[in-house]
Amino acid sequence: MAEKYLMKGNEALAEAAIRAGCRIYFGYPITPQTELAAYMAKRMPKIGGVFVQAESEIAAINMVYGAAAAGKRVMTSSSSPGISLKQEGISYLAGSDLPALIVNVQRGGPGLGGIQPSQSDYFQATKGGGHGDYHRIVLTPASVQEMADLTGLAFDLADKYRVPSMILADGTIGQMMEPVEIREEEPHVFEKPWALTGTQMKRPHNVVNSLYLDPEELEQTNIDRFARYAQIEASEARWEEYMMEDAEYCLVAFGIASRVAKNAVVSLRAKGIKAGLIRPITVWPFPKEALAKAADRVKGFLSVELSMGQMIEDVKLATGCRKPVALCSRAGGLIPGPDQIIAAAEELAGGR
Amino acid sequence: MKRLSLFCGHYGSGKTNIAVNYAIRLRGQGLKVTIADLDIVNPYFRTRDSEDELRKAGVGFLTLPYANTNIDMPTVPSEAYALFRPETGHCVLDIGGDDRGAYVLGQFAPFIREENDYDMFFVVNFFRPLTPTPEKALEVMREIEAACGIGFTAIINNSNLGSWTEIGEVRRSGALADELSRLSGLPVAFTSVREDIAGEGDFPLRLQKNSWR
Repeated sequence: MAEKYLMKGNEALAEAAIRAGCRIYFGYPITPQTELAAYMAKRMPKIGGVFVQAESEIAAINMVYGAAAAGKRVMTSSSSPGISLKQEGISYLAGSDLPALIVNVQRGGPGLGGIQPSQSDYFQATKGGGHGDYHRIVLTPASVQEMADLTGLAFDLADKYRVPSMILADGTIGQMMEPVEIREEEPHVFEKPWALTGTQMKRPHNVVNSLYLDPEELEQTNIDRFARYAQIEASEARWEEYMMEDAEYCLVAFGIASRVAKNAVVSLRAKGIKAGLIRPITVWPFPKEALAKAADRVKGFLSVELSMGQMIEDVKLATGCRKPVALCSRAGGLIPGPDQIIAAAEELAGGR
Repeated sequence: MKRLSLFCGHYGSGKTNIAVNYAIRLRGQGLKVTIADLDIVNPYFRTRDSEDELRKAGVGFLTLPYANTNIDMPTVPSEAYALFRPETGHCVLDIGGDDRGAYVLGQFAPFIREENDYDMFFVVNFFRPLTPTPEKALEVMREIEAACGIGFTAIINNSNLGSWTEIGEVRRSGALADELSRLSGLPVAFTSVREDIAGEGDFPLRLQKNSWR
């Protein structure tokens, strides 16, 4: 029945990945992202794709490394503890300049934590996570529709810049059901002359590797890679502004937190407080310019998060601490309610 | 009216919502009703989310011990056996999605077949991506029957697009439900529709609310 469906976020992401030309998936089940693997298990065999439930998350990410080196669009997905296990492999992907998509449907932590939604892997996602100097592009969907829309983009950006990319979702966005339009589009195809596809005895062989015996050479790969990161920071930051035109107080929130924050903005305006929202869609690169510009106009910022306060550091850096930045958050799998956000914004606005 | 009402179907087809509304409606008819959450697949979106409403209506309540907690442990309490004793009265059973969810019924199938006083409803939403056609829905139906060892007795058409649902689309899905009925030889028990747009003859559904809509 047409291209409109009622889908879980996890399913929408899986279907969007298939539409984006991903035919290879390696994963391991973990709540709350299991539907994603289950969907791939059902669909991949019917469309000539590959689904492998690996023996562990570590095995899965190293299978991703292999498929990416062969030039294929490949993804893996997990939730927080499983993403921690994948960090070594992600560092190797970055060090070998391999594009791949890693999906994190976050749950509460640290440790085994719990199965309720969270955003407390923000530091891990945006500041590295594994060892070495590297970044990955991190996109944060705030609806089931965006679980679909940002997935194709994440593959494209990964291929374009030869970096691993990540969808940083949370348990709520992964589990909730919403209507979604899956667009029929031809996947974008990127030339990958570096891929290990067999020389046919017609060209010198390619090497995919992250080991360098010569420190000068290793330094140079880092410098070259950071030139690419600078390009990404200059052109790929994405964000949404909501009621920011005349805002005096700027809420900053991504993912599920941004949806509650949006409702809070409307309520705050009804109470006479001119609130607005900046919703980062990429958290690396962080929308620094948007925040810096807002700092010229607003009286204060409120970072709304499902963590003990992680993105708030990037808000402070982006605004140069020119205006007060307050935190409104819940942790452990809980979501700040509109009333909590309203109270925190009122306090920021002068303890009314 | 059969003593047992079993709600099975594809993952995310709307079983829990319908089961909750169905139990409250039976209770409204003056019947002694117990609702049982036997979903061993999904730790979220449970009948327990409607616990207050159910208790207020006077519906008995049986849930898995770890539902809505941080423990994703699909265990069935021994109290569940009481559901299959006639003196318990009417029971509404909310079963997990797909064949994986239906396995939970296997241990109870001999009691259900022996008593032979049950309806097993196949809940279908033709807007779900893996059941867009009657043929694909029939596949899921057969997988569930094979997993639990019990045959369906009727179909519930719960076709909807969440907040995008328009009544015209629901009506158009009727033809798909009729075709599934023809293929399976089972009647369509009813069409369930969000209460604000439901029409005459529809089964009206009250949905849960939350803070991020």
